[in-house]
Amino acid sequence: MLHPFPHERHNGQPIIELSNVYAGYEKQRVLHGIDLRIMPGDFIGLLGPSGSGKTTLLRTLLGATSVYSGEIYLHGQPSRGLRSQVGYVPQLETIDWNFPVTVEEAVMMGATRRSPLFPWHRGRDKKTAGEMLDRLGISHLVKRHIRELSGGQQQRVFLARALISNPEVLLLDEPTSGVDIKTRDEVMHLLHDLNHQGITVVLTTHEINAVAVHLPWLVCINQTVVAEGSPSEVITPENLKRTYGAEMPVLDFEGIPLVAESPHFHGVNGRKNGKTGGVAPAPGATVEMEKERV
Amino acid sequence: MFEPLQYDFFVRGLAAATLVGALCGLMGVYIVLRKMSYIGHGLSHSVFGGAVVSHVMSFNFFVGASLWGFLSAVLITLTTRKRMIGSDAAIGIITTASFALGIALISRFKTFTRSFDAALFGNILGVTEGDLLAIAAVAGATTIILLVGYKLFLFATFDPEVAQYYGVPTVWVDTMFSLVLAATIVVSMQVLGVTLIAAAIVIPPVVARLLTDKFRNMTLLSTGIGAFCGLGGIYLSYYVDVSSGASVVLFSAALFVVALVYNNLKSTLGIAANRARLLSGEAGTID
Repeated sequence: MLHPFPHERHNGQPIIELSNVYAGYEKQRVLHGIDLRIMPGDFIGLLGPSGSGKTTLLRTLLGATSVYSGEIYLHGQPSRGLRSQVGYVPQLETIDWNFPVTVEEAVMMGATRRSPLFPWHRGRDKKTAGEMLDRLGISHLVKRHIRELSGGQQQRVFLARALISNPEVLLLDEPTSGVDIKTRDEVMHLLHDLNHQGITVVLTTHEINAVAVHLPWLVCINQTVVAEGSPSEVITPENLKRTYGAEMPVLDFEGIPLVAESPHFHGVNGRKNGKTGGVAPAPGATVEMEKERV
Repeated sequence: MFEPLQYDFFVRGLAAATLVGALCGLMGVYIVLRKMSYIGHGLSHSVFGGAVVSHVMSFNFFVGASLWGFLSAVLITLTTRKRMIGSDAAIGIITTASFALGIALISRFKTFTRSFDAALFGNILGVTEGDLLAIAAVAGATTIILLVGYKLFLFATFDPEVAQYYGVPTVWVDTMFSLVLAATIVVSMQVLGVTLIAAAIVIPPVVARLLTDKFRNMTLLSTGIGAFCGLGGIYLSYYVDVSSGASVVLFSAALFVVALVYNNLKSTLGIAANRARLLSGEAGTID
């Protein structure tokens, strides 16, 4: 299990800064007045329920949504349109696993921007891809079809695709969605390692206990930024109610906030009102409920 | 084997069918992987409408029909982008309406009916040198476009949304694709006929997919299989004396069955070998 390590946010100029941004799609405004700063070396989790605008925020960081008002700065300069400095890893669930591509073909797609024409690749791009596959420990799989890999290996393929263009920020949409626990831990460890190696990481998640509490910096999203900070600062019943719209008791387990996510949990100290479900706090754990309910 | 080659019409037909087979096989890879298999069927009907309109308006057949097909393909793409309408429904509406327009014009001006038999069912005997030249030009242009834009077409086919985040101009790629597809359908009509083009587009890539997991190999295989089916189909048509379009499609379908049997045998044998390894205590994988 990962633990959030002390995270010093760098001072100075953010890589990307969103200032009072209203953004969305043709007929639908999704984000309202977003303020967000992504500093070099950050490892940020965007936490929120389905439909809260997490993916739209990622797309806004990529420059792929309509921005109605507010300003987006890239290294302090106003920026519109697609940003080549940002690498993107989609949800594994959205990949067509029957598509006939080998690991090598999938990874080399990441070099399309630098050399878009003709089927062959530049020697420099092939060298970068080789180094990246070595770094991610999948260089022995290059000739395999993407479906033949384990969940963790599949995630590494698409990480490699994003990283071979040498982006300043890596964006991942729900990297642990739909994968088993072992793969989830493997992916999270890998992302922490990459972050330690200097790569700025931003990911979305709706999993509080499994993912969010193990990240150094969290941003709770529900159309706008509800709260921002370390998990121990952000994971509170008040913030969770504003983010998820539901009562969510928070347990403190050896300094790590854990959330009792059962919808039938309405009691404290192990008592419950619902007919089914209910979560009893672990021995030694303390339960913090939203103030007005205690 | 070489006996029919003494006839000019046969040589022309053979060349046309081989080129059309290769062209449809190549385009088919992208169509099948985009899950738009039905578009070949739909667009050929749509182009038929365009051909009739061109004829009625005394407009050049190739230009008129290609333009009509291109507009239909673009309309389908635009309608699909609305998300509320799936690509299958969009193809159904736009291409059938266009086909209906062709039928309406034919029934209004009954004198045209005879000229469109070849367009509906394919007639290899009717391939002129001009047709062959048009087929060669479209095949050449398509090969160049797909070769130059190989990486862009691959990424836009694999994951169109993510492709644009990686700098792929997906609107441009889609437009180019629609243009090339319309031209392919128009030049293939004479050989295969409106009603049979879909099979020539779908079968070669499906057979190729059964044989390989690599995109590059699938493209090469599908093109080769398409050409082989065109060639074999025309020979079949000569000896069995059936319509060229039907024989090309039946030849392809037979090849598909062979590939399917081969694929099933391969996986059955693979599982059996794996099981034998496991039973004998060697390391193996359980599927």
